[in-house]
Amino acid sequence: MSLVKLKIDGKDVSVPAGTTILEAAKTIGVEIPHYCYHPGLSIAGNCRMCLVEVEKMPKPMIGCATVVSEGMVVATQSEKVKQIQKSVMEFLLINHPLDCPTCDQAGECRLQDYYMSYDKVPSRFAEEKVRKAKMVDLGANVMLDQERCVACTRCIRFCREIAKKDELVLADRGDRITITTFPGKKMSNPYAGNVVDVCPVGALTSKDFRYKKRVWFLKKTPSICPGCSRGCNIEIHHADSRIYRLVPRYNPEVNFWWMCDEGRYGYKPVNDSRILAPSVPANGGRRQVSYEEALDKLTEFIRGVSAEKTAVVAHAGETDETLDALRDFAKNVLKTGLLYYSRNDPHDLFFDDYLITADKNPNQAFVDKLGFEPLSRLGKVGGLVVLNNLSSADLVLVKGKKVPVLALWGANNSEASRLAQVILPIPSYAEQDGHFTNVQGKIQKITKAFEPRGESRLFADSAVYLKEILEEKKVRKRAAGS
Amino acid sequence: MPLVLTTRRGIPGSHTLAVYEKTGGYRAVGKLFSMEPSRVIEEVKSSGLRGRGGAGFSAGLKWSFVPQNTDKPKYLCVNADESEPGTFKDRLLLEEDPHQLVEGIIIACYAIRSHTAYIYVRGEFDLPTRRIESAISEAYGKGHLGKNIFGENYALDVFVHRGAGAYICGEETGLLNSLEGSKGQPRIKPPFPAIVGLFGCPTVVNNVETISALPFIIENGARAYRRWGTDKSPGTKLFSVSGHVDKPGVYELPMGYPLKDLVYKECGGIPGGKGLKAVIPGGSSMPILSAKDVETVKLDYESMVEHGSMLGSGGVIVMDEDVDLVRALQNLARFYAHESCGQCTPCREGTGWIDKILKRILHEGGTKGDFSLLAELSDNMTGKTICVLADSIAMPVLSYLKKFPEEFDRHLKGKTILPKVRML
Repeated sequence: MSLVKLKIDGKDVSVPAGTTILEAAKTIGVEIPHYCYHPGLSIAGNCRMCLVEVEKMPKPMIGCATVVSEGMVVATQSEKVKQIQKSVMEFLLINHPLDCPTCDQAGECRLQDYYMSYDKVPSRFAEEKVRKAKMVDLGANVMLDQERCVACTRCIRFCREIAKKDELVLADRGDRITITTFPGKKMSNPYAGNVVDVCPVGALTSKDFRYKKRVWFLKKTPSICPGCSRGCNIEIHHADSRIYRLVPRYNPEVNFWWMCDEGRYGYKPVNDSRILAPSVPANGGRRQVSYEEALDKLTEFIRGVSAEKTAVVAHAGETDETLDALRDFAKNVLKTGLLYYSRNDPHDLFFDDYLITADKNPNQAFVDKLGFEPLSRLGKVGGLVVLNNLSSADLVLVKGKKVPVLALWGANNSEASRLAQVILPIPSYAEQDGHFTNVQGKIQKITKAFEPRGESRLFADSAVYLKEILEEKKVRKRAAGS
Repeated sequence: MPLVLTTRRGIPGSHTLAVYEKTGGYRAVGKLFSMEPSRVIEEVKSSGLRGRGGAGFSAGLKWSFVPQNTDKPKYLCVNADESEPGTFKDRLLLEEDPHQLVEGIIIACYAIRSHTAYIYVRGEFDLPTRRIESAISEAYGKGHLGKNIFGENYALDVFVHRGAGAYICGEETGLLNSLEGSKGQPRIKPPFPAIVGLFGCPTVVNNVETISALPFIIENGARAYRRWGTDKSPGTKLFSVSGHVDKPGVYELPMGYPLKDLVYKECGGIPGGKGLKAVIPGGSSMPILSAKDVETVKLDYESMVEHGSMLGSGGVIVMDEDVDLVRALQNLARFYAHESCGQCTPCREGTGWIDKILKRILHEGGTKGDFSLLAELSDNMTGKTICVLADSIAMPVLSYLKKFPEEFDRHLKGKTILPKVRML
């Protein structure tokens, strides 16, 4: 590919032919402000915020659409450009409701940020603002405030170009222009949540996140979506050991800038219905005990059926590290060859040829790699120790065979956990470091967003403790016998 | 002066094939097929014919941008979406001489090797649409359109598409989007339509008047066309005159004709012997001329620029001494605020803002600050958008402020001398 040399703000830049001014500037760390430009979408060129001066051109040019040419001289910080940016900001804000105190976008709003960087003068607008609809439910958890919209059409282009469902359109003209769905229709595409992310202002907000938390109170931790085997790169936005929202994180090899709605709103099990304390059966009911007491009890149960006849059931939703620890525990401590796995139910109807896979497990690839067998092949065993959960089919199988579930290490209450004798809380994916191996075989890192909730501990900790007591007691037994 | 475009005007049945052929119609086509397409382009280039839609770009040069080394179909789009306030010349051509347009289409298509032409007709044009549709069907019937036109090995289909009444669809790329079935919003240029136009194919968009001049040029040659007009603005042009004149209407005049003579001689001057205040020379979006300008300005591209305006579409709006120019300007502002497609920020927000300021000035009186704000907003809108709709109100505002400051001073707060009127 041939390189084109040009000058931006006096600096020499060399970029492949076909690059736009905006992208060329980015390579030398010069940010040209913009609303409608998005690297993942087609060029609309309508916000006019990226106008820059190009030598020998009679008019200012938009950085997003103007392709560089040899010897071009671009000014992005000249007095004229600054004046243009100021005027575009002024135009954008005249009909804006300025309702930042009640707007969810506040704190991550391009209008706020650019006002501070490029405008910062009081408005000269003394007329009546154009009034539009404030709370329009577009469907698919997306709420529209038409007055806040800057008509950049990112959402329209996202639906058309990425979700491949032309669900949003511009209606009317001039300053009456609005984003809308077709009459009587609602948004329903499985990627709809992304329009909230691409909206540079507070026009599109998430019904799920609205009014829950001011964004500046949120901490952001990079992670991987556990919703399916794609492993979309995400950021966990959390506070007080709770997830408030998930947003996609750019990865050109996996999910680009996007994620699906099932993944996006799939964080709720981290917040709710958690197993927070270990418990054991007692007097026909359950009794909360300390982690050690629970593990001691489990040792008794394991001895009752004998360690070798104890089958371990891994889960395709756990990390590489936890699965490794489980296999080591089975092989070296229990000395059992009965290695099975269960998984989240697949969804044969909910997948596509883009990001969403039918396998709703983030780590099936690693389970396969370690050689765990599907639980459906379960033979005659003394008892099960289960990680995480059982699929519907596996649950039926275990109940039918009347195999005792000696223990379950899980983060959430489930039908499987109700079968278990000893229940041990483990952290969710948001509370641990680790890795998932996605459908492409890519090993991707998850990061601990907050400390494990309640008394949850990693399975590896249990394995260490169990190894000690199981082996120690063995030694003691032998000593007593001699 | 019926010279080139309006020679059949007033002849009974001028819109029919029979009358058209009897009066020398479809004679250029006979000559056309003996010429190489490139020769046709050269002829039109040397005639100096410039686009009559408003921009005044050389028609022949525009055609020569159409790539010929492509497998894609090429299209001709005839812009009959005549919507510029004060302009009504294309309507006359469609109503009175539709076959002249059809013949022009055949010439233009042959020159760019296009086999499909679309005529995008303004939605409100009822009679013009019926006239052009019937002319096309007559032409098909006689083998002038369709397969093997005029017995030659050349196919040409012409389709009429009726717009839905949006000013912006007269902008050539807005027209293309509308023709494709999308919202009428102009496209970013480059690429220009000649390279990427209708359905992504090379496309020439020409105004009705431009195309209608072709039969004369091909039949009589570029030199004959250059008999009229100036060196840089050759030929004749239609002027739609409206406002305060005795005889408003469409006039065909040689380029370079004095504007003063158009107003006072051709159109019979101003009713009631009143004085002249101002003239908009080229459709509402062009900068205004003062009475003093009118004394010397000529109706050609260069003279207009010298006087700070543009020839545009030739829509001449004459205003007598009693006109309140601020009110006239607000009327324009309202139009542009209504017609802005809403795509680009400065236009979407600026057109409405200017309209509101002018309205307030008319209702309550304005301040010097309001006037300078109007000028600054207009500056901020000029040359900052995808198309020139924003410029189309910014230019008038700036020129009214510059040439008629006293008109604004009459509306200073506390000085308002006009009775309050109901605002549109």
